[in-house]
Amino acid sequence: MDYKDYYKTLGVSKDASQDEIKRAYRKLARQYHPDLNKDEGAEERFKELGEAHEVLSDPEKRAAYDQLGRNYQPGQDFQPPPDWDSGFEFSGGFSESAAGQGAAFSDFFESLFGGARRTQSGGFDVRGEDHHAKILIDLEDSLRGAKRSIQLKVPELDPDGHVITRQRTLNVDIPKGVMPGQHIRLKKQGAPGFGTGKPGDLYLEIAFSPHKLYRVEGRDLYLDLPVAPWEAVLGGKVKTPTPDGVVDLTIPANSSQGRKLRLKGRGLPGKTPGDLYVVLQIVLPPVDGDKTKALYEKMANEVDFNPRAKLGL
Amino acid sequence: MAKKNISEGEGQLVTQSPELTLDDLCAECGLTYAEVTAYVSEGVIEPEGASQMEWRFSQTSVMITSKARRLERDLGLNPAGVALALQLMEQVESLKQRLVQFEENRSEKPG
Repeated sequence: MDYKDYYKTLGVSKDASQDEIKRAYRKLARQYHPDLNKDEGAEERFKELGEAHEVLSDPEKRAAYDQLGRNYQPGQDFQPPPDWDSGFEFSGGFSESAAGQGAAFSDFFESLFGGARRTQSGGFDVRGEDHHAKILIDLEDSLRGAKRSIQLKVPELDPDGHVITRQRTLNVDIPKGVMPGQHIRLKKQGAPGFGTGKPGDLYLEIAFSPHKLYRVEGRDLYLDLPVAPWEAVLGGKVKTPTPDGVVDLTIPANSSQGRKLRLKGRGLPGKTPGDLYVVLQIVLPPVDGDKTKALYEKMANEVDFNPRAKLGL
Repeated sequence: MAKKNISEGEGQLVTQSPELTLDDLCAECGLTYAEVTAYVSEGVIEPEGASQMEWRFSQTSVMITSKARRLERDLGLNPAGVALALQLMEQVESLKQRLVQFEENRSEKPG
């Protein structure tokens, strides 16, 4: 078991005042709070901060820790002396945040202060933390509904207090019509409770993997549809893909680049299904022979058109 | 060491439909009436119904309330601070999404 330097964790000196410790903790907690910081490692760091704060913010625990730590360096192998806490009287209080984090503290912490927690009686039944994870699904999963097998890595403590990574496989039903940013809640699949508290829940946030044709915005889908200049100008019917298959789309005459055409109800399914927006992308035919070149030259000579009129040129 | 286990997920879509009473929400989140009422009066969660007795909360409010609770506890915020933090977090999230879309559009159309 490694000795932990709680002062270093909070970035304060050993003679820091209680106020300084609180300030340092709050500042770092805002930075690494898992609800605010989704970076890998943020949650781990936040737990370390919580543990350091739990000890250093409590004058009794801090005094005991200081006495013990005089001869240790961070990372050094550490064994607490059998009667290390004699002479210190703990009021046994654990802050609410310590209780909320359940058994998430390090084995170093548990070896020092775990006894005080274990002997505490009553009033310590706390619901387990909720866990959050993001899952990537395909657009098709939402269009039709699906059953997906999801791999989750869960850091947890084994009976000896070591952190191990457990791999969980969850078979989850993806409901038809689910939108990006929505959540699926799996009751009691979060962290175990403390005492008789029930386990927390697992929330899966839905995200869509990029689709080769469609962009998703809420319930609506967007599709870039390439059209020839004459299709845009003269109008007429062209074929377009939709999630339900190919349909004929009527392009109004004199459509300009980027015009959006709505196909009602062809988006994500639901009580009020979303729409499919087809965005016209005018593609110029390349000049690959005398014939096309002649046609462009004919237009250049005969069409009265200044594309830069708005620039005053 | 990675241990493997497989479990079936009885998943439930978190919806906006108002179906939980004040008692239900308190039980779900382990909060008192007063704590939930403070979140309602700060606009953190918005139940349907005029009086406390008629309040109905959605599954989304369970999620928001739990998050609010964590922020309050871990960062020493009061309900008004939590309300502000949640609003700013929402704004950051939607700006991030717009940024991703903007960058995707730009890389699709070079020049």
